[in-house]
Amino acid sequence: MSSTAGSRWGLRILGLGYLALLLVAPLVLIFYKTFEDGISPPLEAITSPDGLHALKLTLITVAIAVPLNTIFGILCALLLVRHRTKGNFLIDAVINLPFAISPVVIGLSLFLLYGTNGWFEPGLAEAGIKILFSTPGIVLACIFVSLPFVVRETVPVLQEIGTEQEQAASTLGANAWQTFWRITLPAIRWGVAYGVVLTTARVLGEFGAVTIVSGSISGQTQTLPLFVAKQYENFNLPGAFGASVLLALLALAALLAMNLLKRKEDA
Amino acid sequence: MGISVEGANKSFGDFQALDDVSIEVPDGSLTALLGPSGSGKSTLLRAIAGLETLDGGRVLIDGEDVSTKPTQKREVGFVFQHYAAFKHMTVYENVAFGLKIRKWKKDKIQARVHELLELVQLHGLADRYPSQLSGGQRQRMALARALAVEPQVLLLDEPFGALDAKVRKDLRTWLRRLHDEMHVTTIFVTHDQEEAMDVAGQLVVMNHGKVEQSGTADELYENPANEFVMSFVGEVNRLGDELVRPHDMEVVLDPDDKTQEGLVQRIVALGFEIRVEFVLGDGTEIWAQLTRAEMQRLELREGQIAYLRPVQAKSFNGPPTSSADGASTPQRPTDGGDAEVSAAV
Repeated sequence: MSSTAGSRWGLRILGLGYLALLLVAPLVLIFYKTFEDGISPPLEAITSPDGLHALKLTLITVAIAVPLNTIFGILCALLLVRHRTKGNFLIDAVINLPFAISPVVIGLSLFLLYGTNGWFEPGLAEAGIKILFSTPGIVLACIFVSLPFVVRETVPVLQEIGTEQEQAASTLGANAWQTFWRITLPAIRWGVAYGVVLTTARVLGEFGAVTIVSGSISGQTQTLPLFVAKQYENFNLPGAFGASVLLALLALAALLAMNLLKRKEDA
Repeated sequence: MGISVEGANKSFGDFQALDDVSIEVPDGSLTALLGPSGSGKSTLLRAIAGLETLDGGRVLIDGEDVSTKPTQKREVGFVFQHYAAFKHMTVYENVAFGLKIRKWKKDKIQARVHELLELVQLHGLADRYPSQLSGGQRQRMALARALAVEPQVLLLDEPFGALDAKVRKDLRTWLRRLHDEMHVTTIFVTHDQEEAMDVAGQLVVMNHGKVEQSGTADELYENPANEFVMSFVGEVNRLGDELVRPHDMEVVLDPDDKTQEGLVQRIVALGFEIRVEFVLGDGTEIWAQLTRAEMQRLELREGQIAYLRPVQAKSFNGPPTSSADGASTPQRPTDGGDAEVSAAV
């Protein structure tokens, strides 16, 4: 009895200690460092024109990349689970690529496609569309790196709910579209929501791929993570910490929003 | 709204689920599809609903070929073994689902849903979620949901299969009464012959994707078309080429030229009936079903020798035979009612 209690405490301390050392301590330190000299230095950096622009660009990227990946993710999960065909294992493997490949490599591959002498470059240049070193490139890079989250979170939930509820809906007169909106989507919503939160967090924080395709031009193609790096390089530590805290708060807000929604529904 | 299926074929890979199946379900009847698992009965039901596409053959509802009609246009009520309750909706919303799809007015929906919840005795539980209901309640909710849209036909796929014995018995009595009131053409699938005989007026016995026989419970029990049907709709003993029901085994203490000697191996008292297990000289194990009164008269003991006389036997290898001569009326009642009850135990 006491030995199991003892080992339970041992495990608990080990787990919490691990988390504290590797996750909590650095985050707390950042918060502490940010506000070490009061609130004005970090605030000044964030509210500078470049800082505000970085924030705006990051939010625009989230606003485009997250909905697109959500729709694609749900469709893809439906394809994988509900329409089993021989090619599915290939789709399954390809979807995991962004997890397997370093974001820098993803950035470089986009460069090869859209950059000078890239595959798509001639046509796009003719049409006057600029992908690299502008917002579309950043959005593309973020879509690429955050693509698997919604699919990965939705597939198991879809498998778990099975097809009986959908079949029941069809016997009651619902067509495929009505069945999806009224039965399937509500049943998988928390899987999707979790995927959306993870996607959002990833898009907010994406650095490697975005660095390459954006060129990190202050006030033009600098997202918040790039802004943090720039401030750090320029020895403006309060600015770097301030922007970091802002990034962390945005991601936390997304997570909190989901939990609040869920709690409200459970109540 | 009668239902006909003509020459239905369906395979899943190498497995032939339906092999040229044709059935005829009269308007307003309550028909059971009875068979062991893998016999194709569920596949047939799902094909009628449009939940499976047939490889060949057609389905007619009220004379109209619906084979290419999608499920949502067939106007069938379908009840699933595991309820298929919409988990994120309340009981009320579940039952209202089909009406909302049909764009009924809100007050009409409300009236209809409450009428149905009354019918399935779930009034007062309208605001519960399926997870807060018992299995029996969930299945009644699923039935109300299916009936709400006034389907042309009602299809039930092992509707009581996931419920415990007591609830199952209550629900099938209730289903039969419901059918008496509503007269909607109903097909239900079951692997339980007692349940099928209890509920349905017509039975269709299936095996290996084929229809073995259809008819009333009495017809199937009295005149089974083959060995499979005979052994599936009731208990049987095998005596050489012949099949005998345990209640058609007469036990006597004095031998004659029609009896066989047997050693009483085990006596099991099951309330009204007594089950007596014998071993014959050639090692064959058979059992006889006796009433308490017969048992008291015979005073059988385990380990003693007694003599068995098949009152009525059937052989499916040659012409039908009956080892009992017409004059010797059985000493105990073996009318249909008794036979059904006892065969089911």
